[in-house]
Amino acid sequence: MPDTTIQYVAKNMRVDLRLIAEMITPGARVLDIGCGDGALLEYLALAKGADARGIEIDMAEATRAVAAGLAVIHGDADNDLAFYPDGAFDFVILSRTLQAVEKPREVLRQMLRIGQHAIVSFPNFGHWAVRWQLAWTGRMPMTNTWNRGWYETPNIHPCTIRDFFELCERDGFVVEEWLAADDDGLKSPWRRSARLANLFGEQALFKLRRK
Amino acid sequence: MNSNNRHAGKVEAPAGWAYAFAVMSLIQPFPEVDHQHAVFTDGLMLDCGVQLAPLTVAYRTYGRLNAARSNAVLVCHALTGDQYVAETQPLTGKGGWWANLVGPGLAVDTDRFFVICANVLGGCMGSTGPAEKRADGTPWGTDFPTITIRDMVRAQKLLVDGLGIERLLAVIGGSMGGMQVLEWAATFPEAVFAAAPIACASHHSAQNIAFHEVGRAAIHSDPDYCAGRYWEQGRIPAQGLGVARMVAHITYLSEEALTRKFGRKLRGANAVTFLEDVFEVQSYLRYQGSSFVRRFDANSYLTITRAMDYFDLSAEHGSLAQAFAGTPTRFFVASFSSDWLFPTSESRALVRAMNAAAARVSFVEIKSDKGHDAFLLDEPEFHAALGGFVAGAAKALGV
Repeated sequence: MPDTTIQYVAKNMRVDLRLIAEMITPGARVLDIGCGDGALLEYLALAKGADARGIEIDMAEATRAVAAGLAVIHGDADNDLAFYPDGAFDFVILSRTLQAVEKPREVLRQMLRIGQHAIVSFPNFGHWAVRWQLAWTGRMPMTNTWNRGWYETPNIHPCTIRDFFELCERDGFVVEEWLAADDDGLKSPWRRSARLANLFGEQALFKLRRK
Repeated sequence: MNSNNRHAGKVEAPAGWAYAFAVMSLIQPFPEVDHQHAVFTDGLMLDCGVQLAPLTVAYRTYGRLNAARSNAVLVCHALTGDQYVAETQPLTGKGGWWANLVGPGLAVDTDRFFVICANVLGGCMGSTGPAEKRADGTPWGTDFPTITIRDMVRAQKLLVDGLGIERLLAVIGGSMGGMQVLEWAATFPEAVFAAAPIACASHHSAQNIAFHEVGRAAIHSDPDYCAGRYWEQGRIPAQGLGVARMVAHITYLSEEALTRKFGRKLRGANAVTFLEDVFEVQSYLRYQGSSFVRRFDANSYLTITRAMDYFDLSAEHGSLAQAFAGTPTRFFVASFSSDWLFPTSESRALVRAMNAAAARVSFVEIKSDKGHDAFLLDEPEFHAALGGFVAGAAKALGV
């Protein structure tokens, strides 16, 4: 199935979004938190017949999405999830945003309250280049993924793949699927070892459900 | 001496004022015009329990209704608006109040959609209201029954049914028009595919009511009001209505907009003399007041402002989310960042209630320093977002 769906994906769609799209079942009710201009929503509605809705914190992006006819509201993960009813969605997506929210744990809890499944992607702070830079230079790492100075980065809650596993364990979330990928979206072959994925994966993608 | 001068100035100012309005009261209202209208002989049962019959609804349409009758868009006007949304107003000669949004090739494209706009129940542009004559030939005046936003919507529903339209592609409106949009979606959800309440709220706040009350008090205290029977004396309470309009107009603008437009600029003077009104903003407000009284009926203003004050969607339905429970309607909510009459927080509360009802909703807060008035002005982002929403709805319905 992944091979048949990927061909519809716009070439410029972010690679982690392509991987996420593969996890969505046709006709699903989907909420994409931090949906940007709605590229994933548009794709899910078109290719999967999904009832796709979004939340975007950036006003200009939200306006672009709404102007494209998408059901997007200006809002954010920390403040707006509490207003949706239980089980309103089949999938709630949070892509590359977890590290920037105020209360990641509460956001995850809300995601799995309003959705059957949560799909979460985040940049992995455990990647070898990050570790190496911090260890070798003694300075905050600057990489392709972590490219903002410590004093202005919106990424206030970085975590590693192993950290995330531990939080899921602690809060009782079941990891249904997970994978690590590099920035080009190629799946890293570290599926069997979280330790190796944590060292070599630049991004992580998790599909969770309630216990 | 100096303090005497200042004192004199303070006395002088109201005198100048009274003069301005004395001139105004000589101004006659615009001549009557026969507005396009539909008459419903059975009338309407109002929320207050009065059967209002017959009922006249004045309206205008633009574009063509398609064979499937699926491309109709209803536009609801605000407090002092009218049905002339996209064409020259026959009395004032001014362009349509939403001519930048509704028209051929515009966000609400009259080449594609059949646009309807009706004068609200209680209005004074041809629909049944206090200025219209009843069966015995005398105007309703203060005998006109109390009406609600829901009554206005029911009157529009009669018109829409009369035009043979089962379901509207979209209902769109700003301010009081937005209240009507919400009421449409809550009262006739099956008849509204898409709803766009703009710069509005689910209820009128204490502050909103307070400003309206100042306006009403000004009208009531005008000697020319004659206890509401001013037409018998051939008068119009121009001073009271003018003041009501001036107060209301301040609430439509933001402080930034007023400062940018007028600041402390003086009119025909180099310095404040303390003898007369010289600030530009003063003459602007005067103009707003004086032009308004020629086209708007005072009793109509009282009736409609009260209807706005009574509006409270959550009280009608138990809770706001309940008002939209199980709704098939898709929504587009928009607010403007500098609007303090209907602030973004009110729109966000609407959106959250719609989310709680699992409704499909889009929401944007448009950055603008123009205050509440922004919804009528040239705001490209707003027009793009609304246009995209309407186009998306049309696509979903295959229009």
